[in-house]
Amino acid sequence: MSSEGEKKPGSTGGEGWEPNIVAFCCNWCSYAGADLAGVSRFQYPPNIKVIRVMCSGRVEPQFVLRALELGADGVLITGCHIGDCHYLSGNEKAEVRMKMTADLLEMLGIGRDRMRLEWISASEGEKFAETMREFTERIRELGPNPLTNGGEDSG
Amino acid sequence: MENDKSNEELRVGVFVCHCGTNIGGFVDVPSVAEYAKTLPGVVFAMDNLYTCAEDGLAAIKNAIKEHKLNRVVVASCTPRTHAPLFQATVEEAGLNKYLFTFVNIREHCSWVHMKEKEKATEKARDLVRMGVARVKLLSPQEEPRIPVEKSALVIGGGVAGMTAAHSLAKMGFPVHLVEKEKELGGFVRNLNNLYVTTKDATETIMPLIEKVKSHPNIKVYLNSKVSNVHGFIGNFDVKIKPNDKDEEVEHKVGSIIVATGAIEYTKEALYGYNVYKNVVTLTEFEIMCKNKTLPKVKNVAFIQCAGSRGQDVSYCSRICCNVAIKNAINIVDNYDNLLGIAEQTGKAVEEVPVEPKAPTEVLERRRRRSSRGRGREDEEVAEEVKRGPGERIEVTIFNRDIMSYGIAHELYFNKAREKRVRFVRYKPDRRPEVIMDGDKLMIKYFHETLAVEREMPVDLVILSTPLIAQPDAEDISRLLKVPCGQDGFFLEAHVKLRPVDFATDGVFVCGTARGPADITESIEQAEAAASRAATPLAAGYVQAEAIMAHVDQEICSGCGTCIDVCPYGAITKNEEGLAEVVAAACKGCGCCGASCPENAISMTNYTDEQLMAEALAALKEAI
Ligand SMILES: Cc1cc2nc3c(=O)[nH]c(=O)nc-3n(C[C@H](O)[C@H](O)[C@H](O)COP(=O)(O)OP(=O)(O)OC[C@H]3O[C@@H](n4cnc5c(N)ncnc54)[C@H](O)[C@@H]3O)c2cc1C
Ligand code: SF4
Ligand code: SF4
Ligand code: FES
Repeated sequence: MSSEGEKKPGSTGGEGWEPNIVAFCCNWCSYAGADLAGVSRFQYPPNIKVIRVMCSGRVEPQFVLRALELGADGVLITGCHIGDCHYLSGNEKAEVRMKMTADLLEMLGIGRDRMRLEWISASEGEKFAETMREFTERIRELGPNPLTNGGEDSG
Repeated sequence: MENDKSNEELRVGVFVCHCGTNIGGFVDVPSVAEYAKTLPGVVFAMDNLYTCAEDGLAAIKNAIKEHKLNRVVVASCTPRTHAPLFQATVEEAGLNKYLFTFVNIREHCSWVHMKEKEKATEKARDLVRMGVARVKLLSPQEEPRIPVEKSALVIGGGVAGMTAAHSLAKMGFPVHLVEKEKELGGFVRNLNNLYVTTKDATETIMPLIEKVKSHPNIKVYLNSKVSNVHGFIGNFDVKIKPNDKDEEVEHKVGSIIVATGAIEYTKEALYGYNVYKNVVTLTEFEIMCKNKTLPKVKNVAFIQCAGSRGQDVSYCSRICCNVAIKNAINIVDNYDNLLGIAEQTGKAVEEVPVEPKAPTEVLERRRRRSSRGRGREDEEVAEEVKRGPGERIEVTIFNRDIMSYGIAHELYFNKAREKRVRFVRYKPDRRPEVIMDGDKLMIKYFHETLAVEREMPVDLVILSTPLIAQPDAEDISRLLKVPCGQDGFFLEAHVKLRPVDFATDGVFVCGTARGPADITESIEQAEAAASRAATPLAAGYVQAEAIMAHVDQEICSGCGTCIDVCPYGAITKNEEGLAEVVAAACKGCGCCGASCPENAISMTNYTDEQLMAEALAALKEAI
């Protein structure tokens, strides 16, 4: 991955700054919830881009850190409700791991609020849309990711 | 891992779909395709009106050949429904299907950003850039073929379960049919007759019960439940446990059908239910009719949508209008018969006082109407009243609106009207009330058409309450790892396109376990589920997804973390104490990959590198 010639859409804040958010969604419940939000035409801000993973248990703390390093203003991880994971218990692992990650973000001064873990089922299209609205709003309040100030990054 | 194309030049093709106006109406699709052409590695890009239509698929195949594409990105709807179609298409053109990436610009973009075309277009570009970044890092995969156990498990011995089991048995597959009650038949055993016949309900399904019991391919387990399920499509290990014993029987099956049915909703004090003796549910009423223990009655009222359509549950239970009409006609036509033995054995409720056939306002109105039409004649009015239902019995159906869906049913609705069954509408903000006036049961209601408050005496109130999910549906849901929806019924893989499949391969659903349905519909679904369940059994093998974990034993330290983490016990230690993945058992969740402290595990098609490339592309304009 090269960082040459990269243009970061609005990552330096100020006028016209828009939060740039990535969401890791598990394939079985929350990705389907996102699909249902679409089918139901529930509107939400276009700041979030979904990366599909098989299970929330696939998401490593490094993914979150790396995404923030690359310039994300927020990272969302969504999975099935506890007890509903397609792979039985992947989300339980995600819960432990993401709590750790949040603590780490707090320690690093990035702030735990830039990351969020949410359970969304295949039938919760409205919850998906609402989560997208809320999280985008929250990140907007927090402002641009401090790691990307001045346009530097380690990509 | 096989990667025979690693040295080849990357030639990515991008196909951006309008989906008619579904995407095209809210995203500038041609500009997204133009943008795709500027991305490194992309040698071809085009937009299509419908990429999934025949000409759209042909365009993909042509482009693969003409432009020697070795990677394909389709930006359209959702991979959850359409990935198999496009994967098959690239495969037909000679490209390994794992060299394809799906980008969702409909559900995740055009449909959720309908009021901001510019931003939606920008996001669609970002998503395509992510897809291209990802596709470039994919490598071809071979899918392991896993042999299938050629037998099936059917849970629930109602009409749906029996039909499915019999259908599979006829195809030559052994079936284990598990029913928790002591006999087959399900809910129908409670019923008196089935619309649109007058024949006894249990008698109607008796031939099916006999066929199931006597079929050599079907083993029926009565009084039993499924206590354990492990495995995956083609290879489920199931345990069946009799309710009264501890010894379980074990079987291996290839497919599973859930046909556990539904139950009737009841609630304390709903329109006086369980408070007043003569307030019963539809099912209780049918049981009384079937047993011929109906009390003597003069005035019968049905209350439709009792507890449904927003009162307690959100949905319409679909069958109750037709069921109420069936029973109303029964009462009128067949009242003496329904009283039957009860009368003979003297069990019937004491004679009820005779009430005026119609309230005075109605008599008044009828008088006015008939005198307007034909002069005067009080006798005529009297005659009309006498021609009322069965001379002895008044049937009123309080309803919000009658939904007599289906070809034959509107005629039955008309027939009920001809028989002077009264249909009185109510609005949900002014529901009828069941009250006790002294020792008399009364219904207080607001007559929508006449716009007056009314009271009428009743001897029997029948509540059309909805079918609701089985209380133990959650157990089955957990056992089989299949979801229940918000209302507790089992949730199929796709509301429109995959009505009897679960998202979990090899598990299917039919009948009222899926939501309210009548017998005809339950049988249709059961036949569908049986044919879906037979597909892997007939093939004899399933092609497993190649998405799975790989341990790089050069890096593995043998710590065993992954072994503890894997929910399927798919990782073992080899002789050297290093981790090894059992391909047939691994489901590809990636939990092990995320927890390995040495980063020794990679996930096919979901490598760290691929996911991070996607993230990078999501955040930056260069890839
Ligand atoms: C009052 C009323 C009147 C009706 N009248 C008509 C009519 O006139 N015409 C018509 O077409 N339809 C009618 N219906 C609808 C009809 O009853 C259903 O369509 C039909 O029963 C659905 O069949 P099924 O096999 O899906 O479910 P069910 O008949 O409910 O059978 C499910 C079976 O699964 C068993 N089971 C449940 N859980 C488990 C478990 N965990 N393990 C093992 N076994 C389990 C149950 O014991 C049951 O035997 C009526 C329904 C009601 C409520
Ligand atoms: S977690 Fe990683 S290092 Fe530990 S045994 Fe598994 S593969 Fe080897
Ligand atoms: S990917 Fe999941 S199922 Fe496969 S070995 Fe790893 S933890 Fe087990
Ligand atoms: S599959 Fe959704 S969290 Fe595991």
